[in-house]
Amino acid sequence: MSTDTTTPTADQPEAGETPESKPNFMRLFGRYLTEANSVMVTIYSLLLAFLIGAILLIVSDEYTRSTFSYFFSRPQDAWYASRDLIVESYTALFEGAILNLNTLDRYAAGTAEFGDLLRPLSETLTYATPLIFTGLAVGLAFRAGLFNIGAQGQMIFGMMGALIIGFALDLPAVIHLPLAVIAGALAGAAFGAVPGVLKATTGAHEVISSIMLNNIAALFLVWSISTEFLHSETKTDLITKPVDESAVMPKLLSGLSESLRVNWALLIGVAAAVFTWWLLSRSTFGFRIRAVGFNEHASATAGMRIGSTYTTTMAVAGGLAGLAGAALSLGVGAAGITTNTALEYGFDGITVALLGRAKPGGIVAAALLFGALKAGALSAQPDVPVDISTLLQAIIVLFIAAPALVKAILHLRTPRGGLVTLEAKGW
Amino acid sequence: MAVKPFKLALAGLSAVGLAALAACGEAPSENGGDGNADASFLACMVTDSGGVDDKSFNESSWAGMEAAAEENDDIKVEVKESSSETDYDPNLQAMVDNECNFIIGVGGLMTENVNTAATANPDTAFATVDGFSEVENVYSIQFDTAQSAFLAGYVAASQSKTGTVATWGGMKIPPVTIFMDGFAAGIEQHNTDKGTNVELLGWDAEAQEGTFLNSFEDTAAGKSTTDTFISQGADIIFPVAGPAGIGALTAAAENDAVNAIWVDTDGYESTEYGAELITSAEKGLANAVKDSVLAAYEAANGGEAITGSYVGTLANEGVSIAPFHDFDSAVSADTKAELEALTQQIIDGTLTVESPSSPAAQ
Repeated sequence: MSTDTTTPTADQPEAGETPESKPNFMRLFGRYLTEANSVMVTIYSLLLAFLIGAILLIVSDEYTRSTFSYFFSRPQDAWYASRDLIVESYTALFEGAILNLNTLDRYAAGTAEFGDLLRPLSETLTYATPLIFTGLAVGLAFRAGLFNIGAQGQMIFGMMGALIIGFALDLPAVIHLPLAVIAGALAGAAFGAVPGVLKATTGAHEVISSIMLNNIAALFLVWSISTEFLHSETKTDLITKPVDESAVMPKLLSGLSESLRVNWALLIGVAAAVFTWWLLSRSTFGFRIRAVGFNEHASATAGMRIGSTYTTTMAVAGGLAGLAGAALSLGVGAAGITTNTALEYGFDGITVALLGRAKPGGIVAAALLFGALKAGALSAQPDVPVDISTLLQAIIVLFIAAPALVKAILHLRTPRGGLVTLEAKGW
Repeated sequence: MAVKPFKLALAGLSAVGLAALAACGEAPSENGGDGNADASFLACMVTDSGGVDDKSFNESSWAGMEAAAEENDDIKVEVKESSSETDYDPNLQAMVDNECNFIIGVGGLMTENVNTAATANPDTAFATVDGFSEVENVYSIQFDTAQSAFLAGYVAASQSKTGTVATWGGMKIPPVTIFMDGFAAGIEQHNTDKGTNVELLGWDAEAQEGTFLNSFEDTAAGKSTTDTFISQGADIIFPVAGPAGIGALTAAAENDAVNAIWVDTDGYESTEYGAELITSAEKGLANAVKDSVLAAYEAANGGEAITGSYVGTLANEGVSIAPFHDFDSAVSADTKAELEALTQQIIDGTLTVESPSSPAAQ
């Protein structure tokens, strides 16, 4: 479903060129910049998204919009208002996601601590963590030609698996935390394997079955929270019991400040990305995944078992999504999970995987970008509408998914070998 | 390819033309006023996952904040929305970083997070809506809505012709079930006092089980749930579900014999279905929030610190039942007198309306 159809080679000098091609470097570089290759399409998609975001910011801001109503009597008002709005909005996003300049001033004046300075980055990493897992869950399935829409449901099951081990068992932290994490992965894997098995045995399309399984998981979550086994003993709201202290993900930077929420789940996320990279490009199983994704009929002819590849891939993908759930219920949601805890991280994982082009490194980078957008938007409200992060994500992915659009808007040249698109198979 | 730039130019031209038509207005005079930009007191609110336009308690709380800023030029207000409970901590922290003088967390789920933030920042005043806190610098704003719902239940029992009334909730959470408990108790009171046998569908106060949509937005589900109750003979519906309750009102509008009772605000004014509404079980959230902001302002300017808790009751008019409006003649003078007497009994404590969801500390 998402195999890159070409390998961009435009940035490499041609074999026939002489060693004295140095003056040509700038020309080649310029050529690279104006070509619709996968790197430049990504960069231009980001730029275009921020440009469209700026226009929508102007349109949605009442004061700035009002300055356009008398544009011809005093155009400078509209110009300055728009400029200020855009600069302030994107600065606010930056301050919420990377570095708060206000805190920097206070740090320089000695009224803020170093830990306070790191808080925006910590928030970015905190929101990126579940996205790394769900992005990998979707991306891995992509490589086998499967469209895993079910990451949301798999994550919900992982969340509950980790939660149950987290509060029901009484163990020392060394065993308890890893056990709860593994329980989350296994619960996600079990739920993720279902569409794989259905596809392998009955040919049911994984998109349909995994969408439906998402609904089942969401409703199952609502019901299970209200059961006596899971429901909080101290609160009457729809919230579960908290996990034991011994199963809570330790914060990475609590030495600097307790308010830095980034925790060990991030490290597990990076490890999962490395594992997925190894699995895909260094293991026999990964070779099978890619072969089946590239051409299932050829793979079957070559003696590969297609059905079991589908099932196993979906199970591993489900396990990765399950880890996202564990990261939530043992991390930021350790005080108890509600029907809102999972948000839409599973669906966001689809956009992360698309932006990351289904490659582990790209997925981590995409997750960091989306995490930054989420943290930035949360902190920038009410001056900036909180929906701006969702909006930017949507526009970015729209362009990524339609490179021909970017190429047409910016009059880019077609790279040798054609445009790099993420192909949807089976549709 | 040759046609495309031309088409693009044409589209661009017409767009510019349209914009130009809209842009011919007169320029206003320089530097217009900007609310209370120079105010010395910053009151901040963090919403629950519903957001400020949830037509429910987040929106009412925010209305109270805005009313306070309206009344006092020296107060400015700000809000941050949470999309889930994992956003509470960063939002509260951002308000602390913003140097807010008074920070209100809306919703009982946020109380623990408010406590943590308040303990870390003992010099800032905090408040929690629909939750109870024992931290010194946290003011608890709660409502004993069982009392107003009790009166609503009594009215419903007196008005039902079929002897069957129904209630359903948006979600099984204390701010919802407390209404249903009070409603059930009011019907029970009428049955005991008047020897009637009015039955309540949708809520079993004893078992704390009932009918819930698991949504505050799904009006379609609200309507179908109500239709089911109507088919079981209910002629008065009490939806406790914020905007989803509108579904019950549309169902009532389609059935001449069926009426409804609204919740939180006076539905005669806040909805378009005034003609269907016998009364409403009101919860004075906006007023309580407004008063707390004004009190916090006084405290910051040399007045007494706001601490402890506020519980809206019939006695302090924090909760009440709305006027009968179109049903004023339908409700008998006897019933009105009985309601008066019951209100008095609740105020002087000879009658208590009990609910497991009642505010924690009185």
